[in-house]
Amino acid sequence: MGEHLKKMKNIGYKDKYDPTKIKPYGDTINDGKIQVSFTLPMQNTPKATIAAKQLVLKMGLREPNIVLQKSLESEFTFFVVYGHLIHNVDITKIREEDSQLFKAMSMDEINEFISQNFNRKIVVVGATTGTDSHTMGIDAIMSMKGFHGHHGLERYEMLEAHNLGSQVLNEDFVRKSIDLKADVLLVSQTVTQKRIHVQNLTNLVELLEAEGIRDKVILICGGARITKELAKELGYDAGFGQNTVAEDVATFFIKEIRNRQKK
Amino acid sequence: MHNKLDLDRELVSKARLKAQNIANEMQEFINGYTTTTIERTICRLLGIDGVNKKGIPLPNVIVDNIDVKKGAAAYLGSIIHKTGLEPQEIAEKVGNGSINLRNISLVESKDIQNAILPLAELGAARIRTNREERETYLKTHGDKEGPLLYVIVATGNIYEDIIQADSAARKGADIIAVIRSTGQSLMDYVPYGATTQGFGGTYATQENFRLMRKALDEAGNDLGRYIRLCNYCSGLCMPEIAAMGALERLDVMLNDALYGILFRDINMQRTIIDQHFSRMINGYSGVIINTGEDNYIKTVDAVDQAFTVLTSQLMNEQFAILAGIPEEQMGIGHAFEMNPTVKNGFLYELAQAQLSREVFPNAPLKYMPPTRYMTGDVFMGCVQNALFNIVTKITDQKICLLGMLTEAIHTPFMSDRSIAIDIAQYIFNNMENISDEILFKPDGIINRQANTSLKKAYDLLSKIEQQGLFKTLEVGTFAGIRRPIDGGKGLDGVVKKGELYFNPFIGIFLKAKEGV
Repeated sequence: MGEHLKKMKNIGYKDKYDPTKIKPYGDTINDGKIQVSFTLPMQNTPKATIAAKQLVLKMGLREPNIVLQKSLESEFTFFVVYGHLIHNVDITKIREEDSQLFKAMSMDEINEFISQNFNRKIVVVGATTGTDSHTMGIDAIMSMKGFHGHHGLERYEMLEAHNLGSQVLNEDFVRKSIDLKADVLLVSQTVTQKRIHVQNLTNLVELLEAEGIRDKVILICGGARITKELAKELGYDAGFGQNTVAEDVATFFIKEIRNRQKK
Repeated sequence: MHNKLDLDRELVSKARLKAQNIANEMQEFINGYTTTTIERTICRLLGIDGVNKKGIPLPNVIVDNIDVKKGAAAYLGSIIHKTGLEPQEIAEKVGNGSINLRNISLVESKDIQNAILPLAELGAARIRTNREERETYLKTHGDKEGPLLYVIVATGNIYEDIIQADSAARKGADIIAVIRSTGQSLMDYVPYGATTQGFGGTYATQENFRLMRKALDEAGNDLGRYIRLCNYCSGLCMPEIAAMGALERLDVMLNDALYGILFRDINMQRTIIDQHFSRMINGYSGVIINTGEDNYIKTVDAVDQAFTVLTSQLMNEQFAILAGIPEEQMGIGHAFEMNPTVKNGFLYELAQAQLSREVFPNAPLKYMPPTRYMTGDVFMGCVQNALFNIVTKITDQKICLLGMLTEAIHTPFMSDRSIAIDIAQYIFNNMENISDEILFKPDGIINRQANTSLKKAYDLLSKIEQQGLFKTLEVGTFAGIRRPIDGGKGLDGVVKKGELYFNPFIGIFLKAKEGV
């Protein structure tokens, strides 16, 4: 941002910008403008309009403006609504450590790091476990081709990567990991209906503990609904959500292995 | 440039000739008159700026106190001849009451001219300096080949506008247009200073122009691109805005010969006279004018009435030529406004856009996105805008006014603009050379539509030539709107020039036009 723009911003915002009360920005500071779209399971009648308004008022939207209301079929109505949000957030209360950007290494840096620190290849075993048949998550991270121009772990010279595919039972996954002497376990969960992924992920931790190898491996889960917080809660070393690439995962586990060696 | 539509080129030339006759006839009328805003413009170009104690702009204070038919230059020149004061000093003295213009006796024409012409040359030099500065920027940064991405900002607060404009420029916008506050076109003065309150837009003031220009230059220097600035040279202060734009290096100006008459109910005599001087300034300052034909098809059927767009484009072109605007500065306008339920609507849009392209091969055409059929369905709106972008690219339009998904809802959010730029960049990059790859089927739907529009435009121009432009506007030929010759706003500001009337800038601008 140029000096001039900073000055302009000061004049334009005067004392209106308050980091303890950050609101959505439409075209004016603190206007709180947002758009929501949703479907209500009811007929497209004036009653539906009132229902939609009541709903967005409960969300904290003021002066709601229903800009679209149309029938999807006789018993469902779709809405697009704009309004001013009353809520705000205090960004001064967000802890630095939670917001620090994770800086991934490149593939070459990762290979170099492994050669220098471990003097051997790191063994990674990955699978989509349970009844889930989706492989795109694990493939994005592991396959040679990778995702969005980021090669997968199989491409890494200093990694020995085994992709076991989908619908792998937790028991088989654990046995295979022991056979391959895995350093790192990657578990992908894509389909997440009625929290079945949580049961499945919890079950894997229990099995690893029963075999006495939970502490000997880096255990990582990934998937569209996975968050860092959920992973920790379930007893994983890390969790990766959407837009993760192989470098992110590899950077995490090589550093983690190094940290454990130091201890 | 391919002749993809197999147009009857002879008919194009004949239509042009008709438009030329219509414009020439009007020009004879125009030459006999001045207006209050033209006189205020002369004051501004001579360096007069600021307001009096009551907040009335000094150019207004001067012109309100003179006999307009003699021209402001006669009064200022006489006082300068007698006192040696600067125009601004005179204006301030008139503003505080220490000079009463009504008591001034005018000196001889020769003395007036000797006093004024050197000052007029100074004003013109200031404009030329801005023009050269723009050319230097474009040389340093290079200019874009493909469609220029044009987005609007309209918060009402110039400082907030700057934040939005900066964000859009960094996202990829090439032209930033600051939409004016609702109703400014009907104000018979230009507000003064930086403004932070507006309705549906931000007041066009010289200080607002200056602030935005500075911000865009800074963003452009960071980005290694020249970001063009656009505003509205229309309404009751058309030439004054042109002068302010020329003094603050605006690059693009909405500037239509007929728009104010039809859509703002400004008197037709006033508009026709004002458009000429405003366009002389725009031509001289290197500004690309944008004409407003897109508006014609917002109220009438866009398929049936498509030919009225071409008719008006041809007239706008001739009025622009008479004001000294070269083809490269003629942002002839048109729009994507067909009803989405029309079968083959996309083909008709292609036909009309390609027709404009082929009739004005060297003009930087301005293409407007859908507005009339945009609804609250923001998701559908994105697709309507995408089709518009595709026509833009296939037909090589130069200035692409990006559609906003929230067109029917509110003035754009920062995020609306960003989404529009992303979509346009995706389409333009994916279709980079499509125009070279596509030919239209001889005697296909597209060809037939374009040639029919041309034929109808020729017929309409023949009719206008016969009955005269003023009469045509009276009977409601354009956009279905009728305007009486002595109706509308601003007629009281139209004045027949007196015998010794003198506008020092006309000579300077005409000399430039003739390349002397």
